[in-house]
Amino acid sequence: MPRVVVRELELDLDAFEGPFDLLLTLVLKEELDLAEIDVAGIVLTFVERLAERGELDLEACGEFLVLVAALLELKARGLFPDEETELSELEPEEAAEELARRLAEYRRAKEAAAWLAERLEAESDRFFRLGPAPLAPRVERRLAPQEPETLVVALRALAEEPPEVSLAHLELRFPPVAQFLERFRSVLRRRRVFDLDAEVEGMSRIEQAVAFLALLELRRGGEVALEQAAPFAPIRVRRSAEERREEWTARSA
Amino acid sequence: MDRPLRLITASPVDRLARTVEALLVVASQPLSVEELSEAANDDSERIETALGLLGERYAEGRSGIVLEHVAGGWAFRASREAAEACGRLFERPVERGLSAAALETLAIVAYLGPVSRPEIARIRGVAADSVVAGLVERGLIAESGREEGIGGAVRYRATPLFERVFGLDSLSALPRLDDLGESTNEIRERLESVAERRGA
Repeated sequence: MPRVVVRELELDLDAFEGPFDLLLTLVLKEELDLAEIDVAGIVLTFVERLAERGELDLEACGEFLVLVAALLELKARGLFPDEETELSELEPEEAAEELARRLAEYRRAKEAAAWLAERLEAESDRFFRLGPAPLAPRVERRLAPQEPETLVVALRALAEEPPEVSLAHLELRFPPVAQFLERFRSVLRRRRVFDLDAEVEGMSRIEQAVAFLALLELRRGGEVALEQAAPFAPIRVRRSAEERREEWTARSA
Repeated sequence: MDRPLRLITASPVDRLARTVEALLVVASQPLSVEELSEAANDDSERIETALGLLGERYAEGRSGIVLEHVAGGWAFRASREAAEACGRLFERPVERGLSAAALETLAIVAYLGPVSRPEIARIRGVAADSVVAGLVERGLIAESGREEGIGGAVRYRATPLFERVFGLDSLSALPRLDDLGESTNEIRERLESVAERRGA
């Protein structure tokens, strides 16, 4: 009987057929998903080959154990990426308990599968028709008689160019700054001081913004002086001294 | 063959039985009493009576067509004595060549469903992707929602076709598996003794 050469072990698994070392190469190159490989099947093959030989080959056993242990660890990590820490945190007894629970669960699944297989065998003489037709002959909803003309109208409506989409609502209308310049100047002709807030009350946001721009414009030209006691306090607008002097000159002239 | 087929008379229940018979012939899946009642436009009690009549007529040993209650409804199938001939005419594609892995996965889905692929993989210790895809293709299992949370895995459940192929009235007709409490203890003891010996 020849020696068992672990790497040349011929495997015949669901997901792989060939020598063991080809399997290892494919797994390491990630061309074969280890999750699909039945490791127990590899062990069985090895044990069978070993039994055929009749005497214990310690060297082969050692090599095989190392390779299969590594394979199992890789597979376990692949299958339970999130549970890695969870399981390592368990006490040995807890881990044994968890393992026992999982083994029992798997055994239960195996037993259920065995029952299904028996059942399938027992029911193999039940033949029935299998069609793609839908389940129930549903009660049909009858349509009222239709005029083909309506279809034409519907199609015509579809074929028409859609009306241009109005973008009017997107436009912002800015009132001219000059309008507010005039307005403030006229107020200032009547009163020396006014509050901006009182003056722009009830206006839209945009109008208020433009009014403020106009105010800044007046300030730049030195026509007004601005005061504000505190942030967000009312802005007080005062006719500047220069302006008053001009006015005085104008009046006296 | 204890008695010849009765001639169908003109009595109203007989007429309803003929309608039910026709509905069962055109349906490709078992029909519930409600569905028959809706389609036949008759009340369910009378449908049950009609089904009783048909059951007598289409019984094993009396007719080549047998009326059976399966997968939560009524359906016709071939009599068992004609199975050999039927088998020569066509194969049963749904259950042909179901592997051990497929049966295990099917068992998990039937007993624990709705259940996701990661859960199946956890129980079997082998990725379930291709096996699950195969069972879906055969129509034995189907998608049934997702696990809770964002991006939850798709869950699967056994289909009415599964019940029909396995001759079950419903999933609750699956046998209760032995309470495995004892064997859990057994496994645990074995594990513990191994751990002790290793520690010594």
